[in-house]
Amino acid sequence: MAVDVLSNLLLGFQTAMSVSNLLYCLIGVFLGTAVGVLPGIGPIATIAMLLPITFGLPPVSALIMLSGIYYGAQYGGSTTAILINLPGESSSVVTALDGYRMARQGKAGLALATAAIGSFIAGSAATFLVALFAPPMASLALKFGPAEYFSLMVLGLVASIVLASGSLLHALAMILVGLVLGLVGTDVNTGIARYTFGMPQLADGIGFVVVAMGVFGLGEIIANLEDETTRPSSITSVSGLLPTREDWRRITGPILRGTALGSLLGVLPGGGALLASFASYSLEKRLSKEPERFGQGAIEGVAGPEAANNAGAQTSFIPMLTLGIPANPVMALMIGALIIQGIQPGPSIVTEQPQLFWGVVVSMWIGNVFLLILNLPLIGLWVRMITVPYHFLFPAILVFCAIGVYSLSNTTFDVFLMALFGLLGYVFNKLGCEPTPMLLGFILGPMMEEFLRRALLLSDGSPMVLMTEPLSALLLLISGGLLATVLAPSVRKRREETFVAGD
Amino acid sequence: MSLIGRNFRGFEATRPLLVDTRERSVRNPKDFWAGVIYLALGLAVILLGRNYSLGSAARMGPGYFPIVLGALLALFGVVSIARSFVRAGEAVAAIAWKPLVLVIGATVLFGLLMERAGLLVALPVLIVVSALASQHTRADLQSALALIGIVAFCALVFVKGLGVPMPLLGSWFGS
Repeated sequence: MAVDVLSNLLLGFQTAMSVSNLLYCLIGVFLGTAVGVLPGIGPIATIAMLLPITFGLPPVSALIMLSGIYYGAQYGGSTTAILINLPGESSSVVTALDGYRMARQGKAGLALATAAIGSFIAGSAATFLVALFAPPMASLALKFGPAEYFSLMVLGLVASIVLASGSLLHALAMILVGLVLGLVGTDVNTGIARYTFGMPQLADGIGFVVVAMGVFGLGEIIANLEDETTRPSSITSVSGLLPTREDWRRITGPILRGTALGSLLGVLPGGGALLASFASYSLEKRLSKEPERFGQGAIEGVAGPEAANNAGAQTSFIPMLTLGIPANPVMALMIGALIIQGIQPGPSIVTEQPQLFWGVVVSMWIGNVFLLILNLPLIGLWVRMITVPYHFLFPAILVFCAIGVYSLSNTTFDVFLMALFGLLGYVFNKLGCEPTPMLLGFILGPMMEEFLRRALLLSDGSPMVLMTEPLSALLLLISGGLLATVLAPSVRKRREETFVAGD
Repeated sequence: MSLIGRNFRGFEATRPLLVDTRERSVRNPKDFWAGVIYLALGLAVILLGRNYSLGSAARMGPGYFPIVLGALLALFGVVSIARSFVRAGEAVAAIAWKPLVLVIGATVLFGLLMERAGLLVALPVLIVVSALASQHTRADLQSALALIGIVAFCALVFVKGLGVPMPLLGSWFGS
């Protein structure tokens, strides 16, 4: 087995180390960081915006570049969180707690270096875990029937709402909204066009990039413009990059524990990375001899969550690559990208496309190396990008969204559709309905319908098949258990507290 | 309890019940309006999908999954609306009409102008109209340079570099 992993990794290195793929990885990491540091743009918007530039590439290169964009965007988000306390996504909220404090105390460079080093160590360890655990997972998944797949997707959707911050009712309803949106297009079995209103542009369904850009791009721009007063304009100078021996002593433990936590939680569907950074933060605070330092610029509070966050980001590739199931919206975008490339993500990827699979795994590690060597010297550039005022930024974002969406299938129809989803995104934002479960439902909807159809065909119409197949029953039981825990008063309170702390 | 009390006062007030229910008894407007959207969407799915054949559970027709989803969504809408009368919540914050209209409008304008007037017209329109949404936007040299920079960048990178088939000048200019 160990030999297997080594020879597979070798194949991966051969793929990922080709000059062109190295270049795509580098470009991806660079662009991802560059867009990710821009305040108010999270990884989802970054990837959705940059996705079109990967369409012309071969699948392996496209996925390698997208992965690079993802890590870059995440690291960029942490940079912004540390320097100006504007986390672009929920998982860097935790980083901002102590990271921004450190920056205010003149230790911005140290905080950034800690984040980079923590991410690198965690990323390297998690990459190895992916190499180790993805193949057995895939061979297990090959035994899955349609009932198991359906139940697995139910689990994925349910897990995604455990972490949604709003009410359970709205999270469930938003999943349904997403599933309903996924209905639009031609029914695969009968060829009947459903909910297309006679428009041929809708025959292939609504593009997920259109939805993602509308809701996460346009919708958030409008929301950001509501209140323009909160944006800080000044930035503390960045100096003192490298950790001292004393700093190393402080951060080693948190990084290792964060890596373990993140790797474990990242596999869970539904934003495991967010859970991981919160969990790591509270763990470090509990273990610390001086917990009162947390929130006042404790370096451990940056190291642990950043490591956990990055480890989770890597291991969330496991369910995506082996089961074709997204653990978070970013992975949903990756799946969408693969489908555009003509590859159906699923357990057969590991055996049928070993080059793709192992190339991506190895490029994860290479991406982390690039992050480390790129970010420390380029920090001055990122600082300058952060200081670009938002009123210059958002028209440019809009330009990239509009051109990106147009280039999907070279039709202005998608531009109008994006505008519609921008409106919808803003309305949902106003009503406190989170769009993330909707996006997951939207991506999984068509697959769920197909698997349900097949499962019921085999069972002669009895829905009990979902409960009589042991594995499927187990997955549904876990889903039920998760729902029950969210409803349990103690967890509910915890959940609210966590998100209050996050704000 | 409080719900009954409120409704009871509603009857005493001799005003039309419907208006009164809306004005006094919705204690969570966010839940209420979200519920209205779910209900409307769910019903629309059922209504528009009524002609798709249902099939049977063993052989799901194209109408099966939509009807189930539509019904569930409508149910969630009803629950959300009902809950809005019971559990209090925040009011819906004021809608920022200016950025909403300008950002969405700029995008629509871009869509309308792209193929007719071409990228060199559609992009500046998109940028200028959307930029009006911010109170910090100034018509100064810096803004003008930024505008020219973005347009030039897009023309070079997307049209010349990546080969996205967008006309620089559209059909209005005879190309």
